[in-house]
Amino acid sequence: MNPDDRPAADQPPTSDQPPAADHRETASRRGTGGTHAVERALHGYDPPVRPPVLPSGDVAYVVADDLPVGRMLLAARPDGEVLLSAFVPDSGREGALLERIARQVSPRVLRGGHGLDRVRRQLDDYLAGRRRDFELTVDPVLASPFQREVLTRLVAQVGYGATTSYGRLAATIGRPHGARAVGAALGANPLCIILPCHRVVASSGALTGYAGGIAAKQLLLDLERHDGLERHGGRTR
Amino acid sequence: MKLPPFQYLVDEHWRDVARVAHALAGPVDAEDVAQQAWTQALRAYPRLRGAHNLRGWLLTITTRCAMDAHRSRARRAIPVGEALDVPEGPGLGDPGEALPDGTVWGAVRRLPARQRTAVALRYVADLDHAQIARCLDTTPAASRRLVSDALTALRDHLPATGTPEATPEEEQ
Repeated sequence: MNPDDRPAADQPPTSDQPPAADHRETASRRGTGGTHAVERALHGYDPPVRPPVLPSGDVAYVVADDLPVGRMLLAARPDGEVLLSAFVPDSGREGALLERIARQVSPRVLRGGHGLDRVRRQLDDYLAGRRRDFELTVDPVLASPFQREVLTRLVAQVGYGATTSYGRLAATIGRPHGARAVGAALGANPLCIILPCHRVVASSGALTGYAGGIAAKQLLLDLERHDGLERHGGRTR
Repeated sequence: MKLPPFQYLVDEHWRDVARVAHALAGPVDAEDVAQQAWTQALRAYPRLRGAHNLRGWLLTITTRCAMDAHRSRARRAIPVGEALDVPEGPGLGDPGEALPDGTVWGAVRRLPARQRTAVALRYVADLDHAQIARCLDTTPAASRRLVSDALTALRDHLPATGTPEATPEEEQ
């Protein structure tokens, strides 16, 4: 409602500015201040507006805040290639990751878009126990070369329902004393769940750390083990 | 060169862009103008050198798109009957808006392009004259003159709107 934009008395009302009661003091027809009355009429312009519909950028993202495993940020290229699946408990973390994508991939980062439908659906299916392997194209551009090496080896060697230890994984990549470095690399995984860093535990079997928190890690391992149990007729691994 | 994610700009400035587009292009063309402005901004974004005045940059693109819309409207044929309603007066009577709109912003849209742009940026986007000058590629002094000339033109041609308390009882 904008009292300043009432139509003149002898003209029909315009569709975008319905008449409203005036509440200001009386002044002469032209106003002693000359253009002051015009300025007052210009202030407070508040037309009905809607958000724009944008074309695709270079990266699309969405925040999935209804997953059983925690709040996650998903980012992909318009063709569906996944760049990021990360735990973002708060908007600060979300912002930091989006800014990283803007710096390292492209600043044309936009919310929404259909490129994320596939990864979201597969994630939902996986978390519901309906899917074991992801059929996605991923681009680990946000991972360093060493991180990529660790994650590639992990994917190749540790399947659904299985686990390994930091030490064993380190040995596999030729770094027998590099368990800590491997742990750090896994902690920086930009594609959580899709690249299953949750399947790496301490050699004692303890869950020592996870980007999404220990509870999330436990949930994922339980999910996979449960299905594993059913496949093997109730036998523990 | 650290540019924020483009979505940040959209979230922060979409209302300003939409309102300036509405002020300059009117209710019918406003959404198209805003849409075009965002599309152009998205395309040009990675080439930006600095992130220090993104709002001004967006509003400059918006005003350019609004001017393009005005020009293409003016090029469209106007039925003879409607052309007779175009008010006379210096600077007014833009063939792009054949039917007079009783609101003050309707009158703004009939001002010359640079005047109406300066008015919209000042009164809708609250830009100061230094910022308006950058959008219009001119000086702050020239921006002040554009606004004051515009206000004078509006005052002279819209007395009824200029006095918001002109109720039927007060007219003789």
